[in-house]
Amino acid sequence: MTTFDVAAIRADFPILGRTVRDGRRLVYLDSGATSQKPFQVLDAERDFYEKHNAAVHRGAHQIAEEATDAYEAARANIAHFVGAQANDIVFTKNATEAINLVSYTFLNATLKSLRGKDLPKGAQRFVLAEGDEIVVTEMEHHANLVPWQELADKTGAVLRWIGLTDDGRLDYDSAKLIIGSRTKVVAFTHQSNLLGTVNHVAQLVELAKSVNAVTVLDACQSVPHMAVDVVDLGVDFMAWSGHKMLGPLGIGCLWGRAELLNAMPPFITGGSMIETVSMEKTTFAAPPARFEAGVPQAAQVVGLSAAVDYLNAIGMGNVAAHERHLTQLAITELAAIPGVRIIGPTDTSNRGSAVSFVVDGVHPHDVGQILDEQGIAVRVGHHCAWPVCRRYSVPATTRATFYIYNDDSEVHALASAVRDAQKFFGV
Amino acid sequence: MKLEHMYQDIILDHYKHPHGKGLAEDFNAEVHHVNPTCGDEITLRVTIDPDDHKKLIVSYDNQGCSISQASASILFDQLNGKTFAEGEAAVDHIVAMLQRAVEPDEDILGDGIALEGVAQYPARVKCALLSWMAWKDAAIQALGTENSTQNESN
Ligand SMILES: Cc1ncc(COP(=O)(O)O)c(C=O)c1O
Repeated sequence: MTTFDVAAIRADFPILGRTVRDGRRLVYLDSGATSQKPFQVLDAERDFYEKHNAAVHRGAHQIAEEATDAYEAARANIAHFVGAQANDIVFTKNATEAINLVSYTFLNATLKSLRGKDLPKGAQRFVLAEGDEIVVTEMEHHANLVPWQELADKTGAVLRWIGLTDDGRLDYDSAKLIIGSRTKVVAFTHQSNLLGTVNHVAQLVELAKSVNAVTVLDACQSVPHMAVDVVDLGVDFMAWSGHKMLGPLGIGCLWGRAELLNAMPPFITGGSMIETVSMEKTTFAAPPARFEAGVPQAAQVVGLSAAVDYLNAIGMGNVAAHERHLTQLAITELAAIPGVRIIGPTDTSNRGSAVSFVVDGVHPHDVGQILDEQGIAVRVGHHCAWPVCRRYSVPATTRATFYIYNDDSEVHALASAVRDAQKFFGV
Repeated sequence: MKLEHMYQDIILDHYKHPHGKGLAEDFNAEVHHVNPTCGDEITLRVTIDPDDHKKLIVSYDNQGCSISQASASILFDQLNGKTFAEGEAAVDHIVAMLQRAVEPDEDILGDGIALEGVAQYPARVKCALLSWMAWKDAAIQALGTENSTQNESN
């Protein structure tokens, strides 16, 4: 049930007032790719540039102080949003970079270890030997698959994956067989961006912990859509992107367990991440600075903090309830169309608002084109999760994703346009 | 309506009833091209005509959207049995047409002139060009293998 005024929310999003394709009202059902931004976020960024713009953590002048304060206050606010401590949040360009930060930690620790270098206490957990295993799932976004494939390729570790059931869930029985004594990392998504499936984090964490494997959670599709408390989840790392949760482009987050962050060698190196530098040797700053080389994206961080305020004012429980309502409606209306098949769970328990479907006889790209002609923005293709398409023997899907500013009328418009696509292509 | 300009009946006809789909057993070169944003795929083979070494025989198998499927079917009509020079001219022409740099020429593209409407949708241009790029790649490879075997026999 929706407990907030969607019309009032919509009024905060300037882009939702525009028209597309010859005067059609924009029906934006692609928030899973990136969300739209409310005035409050745009204003926060603009305010930073207008009044406080300076290089964070550098400079002895007043506005540098203000910029640094704004940046660090935003970090604390964003951390609080996921139940974390400020210093355990590292800012990156996006979730992809955040996940690579972790996968490169393994590579860098392994390389240093091979050369007999001293590793910080605790870094041994990141050293991989030939035949060690990295476990992912078959429903990962390429961002949480390719970095691990590459890591395996470079280190001689073996990539294994947990398969999927026919109804779009993780095969937990096989997870028990796959996670074993050689497993060093278990990287998995909280919510599939293609299927909408929400995974049982606790179950996988328990299996990983029993073999002392590091857990990495891709929370790109969960943090924007539901209340997430990273301490409750029990994972070791969590990565997500600001741009999918009303925040600006160009800002991602990595949360890491403090003792792990402390033990990690740096990823990207350069200015602002050092403690001392001589021509021979550099020592590194404590986290999170160790992982934030270069002048950081302060305006984006400030914008993301405003997005967090915006979501907090609605309440993440209310966000989730609203999306559950729209998801239920979309599944009901789409599944009622002959020739339309949902790819992913059709019940809304442990399920988010990514609704993928195929239309018999009409390729997703063509479905998307007909929808676009009516002003309906969806995503078509494999959604950076190509193995999921292969698993369900579809070349691609059409995907609608919902957020706080979507309403029932937009779901009706979607279903009606899908029928139009069938008519247009004569199926 | 713009959409009908792209999805002309002739395009939908090629999509529903593609010409020449199916791979030849003998070939000099095979390529596999994909459109990584949407997953459209084509496997295309070029066989040098044993009776006339200038002519290139085309066969293909593909999956994808109506535009990529129709375009491959049209390519088959236009380029099967043509020389490299004829085919390359057609590829150059369709690329230019989709960049709106030339008026479509039916003598060169046949039904392919109906793909002109795709130029209004930049995201679909790749779909329309997939098979043509695959043909050029395969044709160059096929001729390369022939040249090298000729060189060896010389
Ligand atoms: C589940 C999931 N993981 C990772 C990503 C990558 O996020 P980004 O492209 O912002 O790095 C996305 C979105 O594209 C996603 O949906």
